[in-house]
Amino acid sequence: MVTEGLAWFIIALPIISMLVNGLLIRGFVGSESRYAGYLAVAAIGGSFVISLLTLFTVMGDGPIATEKRDWIAIGGLNLTFGLLIDQLTAIMLVVVSGVSLLVQIYGQAYMHGDKSYTRYFTYMSLFTASMLGLVLSRNLIQIFVFWELVGVSSYLLIGFWMDRPSAAAAAKKAFLMTRFGDFGFLLGILYLYSVDASYMDVVTLYHALEAHEIAASVATWVALGLFAGAVGKSAQFPLHSWLPDAMEGPTSVSALIHSATMVTAGVFLVARFFPLFEHSDIMTLVALVGGITAVFAATMGLVANDIKRVLAYSTVSQLGYMMLALGIGAYAPAIFHLFTHAFFKAALFLGAGSVHHASGTFNMNYMGGLKKYMPWTYWGMVISSLSLAGLFPFSGFWSKDEILGHATHVDGVGPVVLVLGLVAALMTAFYMFRAIFMTFHGEWKGGGDQEIEDAEKAGEPLPVGSTHSHFGESPWLMVGPIVLLSILAIFIGFLSNPTVEIAGINKHAFAHFVTEENHDVFPTHDAAVHAGASPEFNYVVAGISTVLAVAGIGLAYLMYMSKSISADSVANTFRPMYNLMFRKYHFDELYEDLVVRSIFYKYIADALRWFDEHWIDNTNVHLSNWVSRIGRSGTLIQNGQAQTYAVGMVIGVVAVIAGFLLWG
Amino acid sequence: MFDGILTITIFLPAVVALLTTLLVRGDKSDQYIRWISIGATVVTFILTAMVFFGYDRDASGIQMVDYFERWIPIDALRSSYVVGVDGLSAPLVLLTGILGMAAAFASWRIQHRVREYFLWLLLLQSAVLGVFTSLDLLLFFIFFEFELIPMYMLIAIWGSGRPRYSAMKFVLFTLAGGAFMLVAILALFVTPEVNTLAMVSIPELGIVGIPEIIAGADLVIPAALIFTFFFIAFAVKLPTFPVHSWLPDAHTDAPTAVSVMLAGVLLKMAGYGLLRINVGFFQETRGFTIHDVAGAMAVVAAISVVYGGIITVRQTDMKRLIAYSSVSHMGFVMLGVAAIGSSPADTSAGGLNGAALQMFTHGTITGLAFLMVGLSYDRTHTRHIPHLGGLWKKMPLIAIFFLIAGFGSLGLPALSGFVAEIMVFLGTFSVWPWATGVAAFGVVLAAGYTLWMVQRVFFGERPANPGLADDVYDGLTDASWVDMIPVIALAAPIFIVGIWPSVVTDVFDLGIQAVLR
Repeated sequence: MVTEGLAWFIIALPIISMLVNGLLIRGFVGSESRYAGYLAVAAIGGSFVISLLTLFTVMGDGPIATEKRDWIAIGGLNLTFGLLIDQLTAIMLVVVSGVSLLVQIYGQAYMHGDKSYTRYFTYMSLFTASMLGLVLSRNLIQIFVFWELVGVSSYLLIGFWMDRPSAAAAAKKAFLMTRFGDFGFLLGILYLYSVDASYMDVVTLYHALEAHEIAASVATWVALGLFAGAVGKSAQFPLHSWLPDAMEGPTSVSALIHSATMVTAGVFLVARFFPLFEHSDIMTLVALVGGITAVFAATMGLVANDIKRVLAYSTVSQLGYMMLALGIGAYAPAIFHLFTHAFFKAALFLGAGSVHHASGTFNMNYMGGLKKYMPWTYWGMVISSLSLAGLFPFSGFWSKDEILGHATHVDGVGPVVLVLGLVAALMTAFYMFRAIFMTFHGEWKGGGDQEIEDAEKAGEPLPVGSTHSHFGESPWLMVGPIVLLSILAIFIGFLSNPTVEIAGINKHAFAHFVTEENHDVFPTHDAAVHAGASPEFNYVVAGISTVLAVAGIGLAYLMYMSKSISADSVANTFRPMYNLMFRKYHFDELYEDLVVRSIFYKYIADALRWFDEHWIDNTNVHLSNWVSRIGRSGTLIQNGQAQTYAVGMVIGVVAVIAGFLLWG
Repeated sequence: MFDGILTITIFLPAVVALLTTLLVRGDKSDQYIRWISIGATVVTFILTAMVFFGYDRDASGIQMVDYFERWIPIDALRSSYVVGVDGLSAPLVLLTGILGMAAAFASWRIQHRVREYFLWLLLLQSAVLGVFTSLDLLLFFIFFEFELIPMYMLIAIWGSGRPRYSAMKFVLFTLAGGAFMLVAILALFVTPEVNTLAMVSIPELGIVGIPEIIAGADLVIPAALIFTFFFIAFAVKLPTFPVHSWLPDAHTDAPTAVSVMLAGVLLKMAGYGLLRINVGFFQETRGFTIHDVAGAMAVVAAISVVYGGIITVRQTDMKRLIAYSSVSHMGFVMLGVAAIGSSPADTSAGGLNGAALQMFTHGTITGLAFLMVGLSYDRTHTRHIPHLGGLWKKMPLIAIFFLIAGFGSLGLPALSGFVAEIMVFLGTFSVWPWATGVAAFGVVLAAGYTLWMVQRVFFGERPANPGLADDVYDGLTDASWVDMIPVIALAAPIFIVGIWPSVVTDVFDLGIQAVLR
């Protein structure tokens, strides 16, 4: 049904939208033209339709045959590119284009009236195209190309309102921290290339892995490099601290970054090279980094007051879940969780944008009682929160418990990550409902107006993004996507991967689909993947995690709804810990003040600059003075003016000629 | 054999410059000279494009040869006027055409001594074109040194800051390097078995080049010494650590167009020399081969990349910052050349091609960066980064193209800088993994200093105090359409080569394969 030629349009359509928007509409129609939004929706809608068709084709006939083409073909260097359309790609395509489409529709209303409306849709088109290109790539260099393009589009979008210093700083921070991880990614690529250049082609690499042509040590080093890139991109500990600051962009951008594009790229990378990771010795490391991140980020979410930050920490935490799953070999559950998470996380961010639309602030301390003004947003966010908290029967329940259930089968690291996962589940339920109660229940606390007034009174800088509040539900272009996504958050989990056969859908259909063997196009998955393919639903683990989630919600209710436990007194009791979490474990200070400003700037860069100015340059100048002195003493005509150099040269040439006439 | 097109291309700027200088008179002469000179560079650009696209890729080898035997009528000297292009030089000729045109357009606001200014600018372009096309060592050397005269004048007269100091420093450094090169050339020439100045073999003319005969020759001084002398000349010009300190001064004090030429093409003469002479001549000589020292070159390159990058981070003058970043980026050229240490030697083609492409891409990217700094400086009259901020609002076009140059410099895919860097890395890593791994950190540093500068100058808010005066800030305007012509001329190849690199790499490869034989 879908051929390779048609699949190229999945990337091409958003690129066309970017070019037309950026060059033609912005240049000739206007920077606030509505057409920019229409074009972006149409283009990404087209990509979504082709993506759906691709998914059905892959479901019916298996992976689509593709070819590799030459990009650079010269002596000693041959780089190819092409498409790779397997089950993983097909699912990612639908998730990315589907969520992006809804976010673009939402953006029509959310960005309405922004003076850079066209620029917004130009960047969004590039962002979507880059992510779609990433999941479609069949060559490692090509993956790196789109990987970096995803990074730069998020740089542009995080810094979208670049006249705000904080936005400009956050954009730079995001790019630099991910670049740091990309350094490892690059070294991994270089090492793999030096082993065998043909391994750049992913299909060739899969075949080589199946034939056991790659030594475990090679796999380990390469996987370590790729994992460094994934840690940066997916904001895993210790390169996590850029993501919460990435809130500076428009909220719709955050919705896309946190659900389907950018941060999922890291998880996708590990999934794409899962056979390589399995063959390496770093699976335990992947699991532990994921597990630690899941808990670590959740603790910071407990105390954040900015609703977008709460969601940001939950993203980091959930990405940790996915990494954890990959690390214990639960390939199918990891992809499944990525799939379900994309919908409810997008719904939550779009909901946060909707809340801001009404309240004029992101600070939950100034919200409250919004439920009656915006029921659609409220119910959308509650459903998504329940799904994120992992409550039966919402979609997050199924994917999370598959991961935790799998952990019980794994020796060694399994019990550790199981405990970490359960702790994170408790915290997730608590902070999500803390956010729901603070935002929608209780009394109205003044919103953006009050926040600005307080800041003025305290003489602090005005909070970014705070505006006047105007109560009422957001326009249907904004509410519609939230409702649609939260409907998906209710049942997509059970329907796509049911534990029993229902209505023509096979038991564990999703898991079977992503782990199907395809020897024609590429063979990969061996024992560990199959373990993930048909997971036994573990009722004990599901029961425990449900109890924990309910407990978390209950605790949040007691502290923020009925107020029978005073949140302040809890905070006071654990003051040192509270402060530590509230200050984000001082990672920003550690990186920015200590590592960059003190160590790098002061002791390395300034020292080298001093060395360069006082030693290198001085020595150079002395040397050149010495040369010039020789010149001066050698020729009387030398007077320091450059014209004389020309004369000197002529004399020199004449002297050479004369020399040859005499002796030649 | 006299094809003619190369000779016309080389000397057209010089001849037009001399004629206009002598003949154009009258009240409006400045205006006439300005546009005639710009027109001459446009024609030169068209000619260089004809050279590049006219180069027959199937036939490869040396083409478009202009040969005039014994142009110095002394038999013993055996020097001929012989110019021609192969795959290595054809893209660099095109690069010189593009940058020469961009530099001329970027000079259209020059008011001070217009007649002389354009004379020197066009002479400079002729000299550089001569360097890339000369196939006779003496001719090569003369063009290589001649370039100093216009450069000295342009920096000393039209520069800012300490122009005379910087110009003199530039001249002395290059002269010192050139002195070594002259000795090396003489040593080759007076060796009886060599006794030729031909840099390559041209079978149709019966010319046998040094690369073919040097292997069996008993050189008058050790080959290692000759290699070193050439290497010193080019290392100074590239420049590489620790002989780079002329570059920041020259760049900072030069007028915009001259910075564009300096970064864009003058540094490339060094990379070209490394590939043509150091690699071309010294793969097999008696008692020495370049493979022996490739490791040392890789180390020097890695130091240049990281050292240059770290110092760049702490610069506060926009031009000085880009100048130091050039030290870092030209280190990649040296790193690519160090791939020659691989065995068998033909596997080194990837790295060498990367080095060649890096020259081309650095020329356009850094040229564009200097151009954008120049446009910004024309308006704000300062390059001190702490005094600037929030300029995007006032001049979005300048900001966007500065950002494109910045992204190119930090190696963003889809722009040409990435292609060149990844080729250098892939080509060299298997030979010198540690040096390449260390040098790859340069891309992180590049992201750091580039984005820092973008953030401080174009993003954020106008700094409160001190900063631009109100009347200056309020009067800031964006680039005009004339300003945009050179900008587009430099930005277009950055995108084209970034997305479709084979348009240039296929040609470079023919030259590299010939150099490697």
